[in-house]
Amino acid sequence: MKKLRIEAPVIVLAILILVLIVGAILTASVGRNFFSDGSIRDILTGMSVLGLVAIGQTLVIIGASLDLSVVYVVSLASLIAATTMNGKAGNIPLAVALTLVVCAGIGLLNGFIVTVLKVNGFITTLGVGLILQGILNTNFQGSAGKVPWEFQLLGATGIGPVPLSTIIMIALAAVVWFLLGRTRTGAHLFAVGGDPEIARLSGVRTRPPLIVAHTLCSIFAGLAGLLLASRLGVGTPTVGQQGGYDLLSIAAVVLGGTLLLGGRGSVWGTIGGVAILSVVDSVMSVMQVNPFLKDVVRGVVIIAAVAVYSRRAVIRRRTRFGPDGIRSGSDADARAAEPAMAAAAADLAGGIGSLEGTRPTDVTSEGESR
Amino acid sequence: MSFLRTLVSPRGAVFLLLVLLLVAVMILNPNFAEPGQLMRFIQRVAPIAIVAIGQYFVIVAGEFDLSQGSLITAQVIIAGNLVGDDDAKTIPVLLLMVVFGILVGLANGVLTTLLKVPSFIVTLGMMLALLGGAMWWTGGAATGNPADSFRQIGRGGIRDVPILDFIPWSALILIGWLALAIWITKRPLGKLIIAIGDNARSVDYAGGRRSWVTTQAFVISSVSATMSAVLLVGYAGVHPSVGQGYEFIAITAVVLGGVVLGGGRGWVVAAAAGAFVLEALFMLLNILGVPSTLRDAVQGVIIIAAVAYSAVAFRARRRGRPAQSSPDQGKEPDPSPDDPARQSATPALTSEGSTQNRGEQ
Repeated sequence: MKKLRIEAPVIVLAILILVLIVGAILTASVGRNFFSDGSIRDILTGMSVLGLVAIGQTLVIIGASLDLSVVYVVSLASLIAATTMNGKAGNIPLAVALTLVVCAGIGLLNGFIVTVLKVNGFITTLGVGLILQGILNTNFQGSAGKVPWEFQLLGATGIGPVPLSTIIMIALAAVVWFLLGRTRTGAHLFAVGGDPEIARLSGVRTRPPLIVAHTLCSIFAGLAGLLLASRLGVGTPTVGQQGGYDLLSIAAVVLGGTLLLGGRGSVWGTIGGVAILSVVDSVMSVMQVNPFLKDVVRGVVIIAAVAVYSRRAVIRRRTRFGPDGIRSGSDADARAAEPAMAAAAADLAGGIGSLEGTRPTDVTSEGESR
Repeated sequence: MSFLRTLVSPRGAVFLLLVLLLVAVMILNPNFAEPGQLMRFIQRVAPIAIVAIGQYFVIVAGEFDLSQGSLITAQVIIAGNLVGDDDAKTIPVLLLMVVFGILVGLANGVLTTLLKVPSFIVTLGMMLALLGGAMWWTGGAATGNPADSFRQIGRGGIRDVPILDFIPWSALILIGWLALAIWITKRPLGKLIIAIGDNARSVDYAGGRRSWVTTQAFVISSVSATMSAVLLVGYAGVHPSVGQGYEFIAITAVVLGGVVLGGGRGWVVAAAAGAFVLEALFMLLNILGVPSTLRDAVQGVIIIAAVAYSAVAFRARRRGRPAQSSPDQGKEPDPSPDDPARQSATPALTSEGSTQNRGEQ
């Protein structure tokens, strides 16, 4: 059976279009226009906060780690920003800088615990999240601080139906895309996420990329917190937990075709995943679905959408020679050429080659059975 | 000497930690040493320990079960709404809850193994769907007061026992559950679950029915959550917040017990002991008068420290055996099927083989 080689973002786009069509039909059935300015703005606004968190989460997941502490970072960031600004427009630069520095510090801590102490990312960020929750509960009883009007504009303005926050989110996604696809750190992050041992043997220093990924993830969570503070006008110690951004962002990342085991993924897929979740939410709001039933639908959509392309084989490595590897011709040709190639491999590899001769048959039969 | 070495190894460290915590609690609060108090402590831990035992089987198979907490909430709501004041309904509703638990476990397992969706996502979706579904069913008002016979399971026990004074049913259930779990780990099913977590591909080559075994692990986890819900109905009552966060507490307990996330290594008794460590830790923080708001922070620090310690101890133990840890790279006697060096030796023939689904590993 020949496997379909479709890149994940294409499938994400297809699912997104499907969800849009279904949503448009459903909303039309209750007599509403799905593509009105209002509902488009609604969807895009819903995307921006989760999108920011999910971009950071993508980096961490590509590095084969996880970040469950993002919700607390979001809450902490909103509080630091709102209390530092305290209603004065002059304090905005200081507040933004302070928030991002604190968040970067949390990310560095995560990164160091994961890489130096070798604690699993799941446990590290669960623990750091608990620590942050303790700090939040000890220092803040409720909403605090005040965000000046100038900063609130950030969450309120837009160009046509497109909110400014979404434009910022997309621009930052482009920056991360550049980081992942065009820089050394990005390439090393993919390598470390795919297999840290192979990366190390290939001469990659395995710690820096993961530390960078964790730091950026916390910074992105901090940006999401700033955005929430600008929208709400105050800092709130539970704003992150209420949004459920930790698990939803992981769901969005996996929806976007990034492997939970690391080593493969793309930031545009993640944006697609966020868009799917946001469209589903918006359709349910228009349809006035019972809020508890919303969670059921969300759960089903997440599982179903991931199932669509988990059925498809994921290409583990990029092909090295040409679009289809160096093999040309059909499966039958390949089978005919097999003994000769096995012999050649045996010649090359000497003693080990004799073992190698048994290997290709395993591989081909396995390839066909799937 | 070997006993000491076991004690400082990751597998034994959790018992050392538990003894240290309990001794500290007893020094600060001598009352705790009384058997009655100890029994109440066990009664309080039992629901968490049972969930941790269930989570152990899933984690050791290399998967996650995030739906446990929501399943507990859903089951508690089912019990609260269906049992009512009628004592006669206790048994049928108990059976219904077990069936529901098995169904949820089967759904988790089938979606993970047949649809090849990562279990993290499957159980995350299940978590949303179960909680939302239960709340939708009750309209958000999860109340109800199940009959006394139902609540006695989690609340009552054998009174006036000579030395122990009071043996709660939940302690007996916990002992039974743990014994059952140990028995499962000794059977082929338990060995296969661990083998899958260690190397799924080799289980395939050995002819193990991987999908069915993994599904069974999920069923064990869901039934454990159901058992825990039955105890919690009696102990904590019916409330939509009962069970919330239990999945993370259970995962933490299991990891504290030296079980490796990603599967393949771990001991079920240590996982249950991890639950005792967590509860003893809460109690110690309580006695020490740590403000309740800071307890989370202390808990976070200790979890990271404990896991970091076991990671360091594990590496140190490996380093102690140089003959195995640094074999001659060229003459690796038994490389794993995934060994990339072997795949890259014949790139032409493995170009198909390198195309595979990593989600299933």
